[in-house]
Amino acid sequence: MKQRLISILLLLVLGGCQADSPTSNGTLRDRETLTVSAAVSLKDAFNEIGDLCEAKTGKAISFNFGASGALQRQIETGAPVDVFASAGKKQMDELAAKDLIDAATRRDFARNTLVLIVPRDSKLNLTAFPDLTESDVRKIAVGNPKTVPAGQYTEQIFEKTNLQDRLQSKLITAEDVRQVLDYVVRGEVDAGIVYMTDARTAGEKVRVVAAASEDAHEPILYPVALVKDGKRKQSAREFLDFVLSAEGQSILRKYGFIGVSEK
Amino acid sequence: MIWESLKLSLLVVSVATVIVGVIGLALAFLLAKREFRGKELLDAVLTMPLVLPPTVTGYYLIVLLGRRGIVGSYVYDLTGWTIAFTWQGAVIAAVVVALPLMIKASRASIESVNPSYEIASYTLGKSEFETFFRVTLPLAKRGIYAGLVLSFARALGEFGATLMIAGNIPGVTQTMPLAIYEAVAAGDERQAQILALILTMISISAVYLTNKISRSRIYG
Repeated sequence: MKQRLISILLLLVLGGCQADSPTSNGTLRDRETLTVSAAVSLKDAFNEIGDLCEAKTGKAISFNFGASGALQRQIETGAPVDVFASAGKKQMDELAAKDLIDAATRRDFARNTLVLIVPRDSKLNLTAFPDLTESDVRKIAVGNPKTVPAGQYTEQIFEKTNLQDRLQSKLITAEDVRQVLDYVVRGEVDAGIVYMTDARTAGEKVRVVAAASEDAHEPILYPVALVKDGKRKQSAREFLDFVLSAEGQSILRKYGFIGVSEK
Repeated sequence: MIWESLKLSLLVVSVATVIVGVIGLALAFLLAKREFRGKELLDAVLTMPLVLPPTVTGYYLIVLLGRRGIVGSYVYDLTGWTIAFTWQGAVIAAVVVALPLMIKASRASIESVNPSYEIASYTLGKSEFETFFRVTLPLAKRGIYAGLVLSFARALGEFGATLMIAGNIPGVTQTMPLAIYEAVAAGDERQAQILALILTMISISAVYLTNKISRSRIYG
């Protein structure tokens, strides 16, 4: 009897998981839904932009957030994506070189800055990037430079200031920039390097102790473009226009991005 | 990257398989030979890592063992050591996901041993402990070996929980499945292919071995 009860419970749990899976949405709706692949650092801003844009155009939008490099691979392998918003120029350039995006629609729509953060209860006295070489800083989380743009910019800062070799053994590489933030929030590392916008989403849980100077790395530009094989060109264009509109830009600014018109 | 991750995977999996073997056998014995309240519930809880997404298992491990975790915070306060980003973290993830396979296989084969042999051993004055090691275990060894090999294979393939609790640090926690993930994300097709091939070959050998063991006849 006991055994049977547990198997029923198990079935319920498993059944519950299945009902939650995104594939159960039905295909009819999927045909209409605009799919936007966006860098994970855009998550909160794009969710708000998406809600407003949906209300305005009446067309459903679904977001696929992830590391820009991973999103790029998905598009290369033929994922049904309409719009790609990357946190790095490199990923967009590579897609452009393979003729997978509609180059005429490409725009830089936002800028970001890199900051050094520590857990809220950190006892370290860090005020600038070179302080990371101090011996009581043992673990520093950074994006994986092979796949994460934030990691590539971080590497540029370290190389420019000759810190790379001295810090190498302390670096903990994460698979996307939100994971860096998570490691800092959880206190698993002593410090981390994330975008200003990510530090802001964590609120009180982390402290920003330094910002990278603008010339320490390439400008952190966010390019967006339509994917060439995208099926929903019209709503994709509307979304792109909305992101670049005054309304879209003010939402981006609210989350800590720098608009493209300002300098 | 290939050699480094292969070496690390073999280290993590060997340590994990030994731990799984000891803990799994003890739990299998408990579940097969003892009656106590909540026994089947314990079995169900121990089976969870088999059916839950590894990310859920990984999340529980973080909540439990992370630096600010329920157990982890005490460990950190006492020793200044934390599980994250260590190869021991990868071992713990591997143990948790492989344990159900060991328990299932050994429990079933311990339960299938004809009790009259064990009773005969008791009548000859042997203790329960001695009977278990000299009568039950040898008779149940096929299932136990099969459980061990399956656990080895499952531990080798562990990805999600490892990524969450141990991170992806080359040479420290980057086991083969994580190295494959990174190679694919970075567009390094060749490396991904080589790694995938090695992992597949080891896993096929393990499953082949399991089948072979289950079909072989018992001697002694």
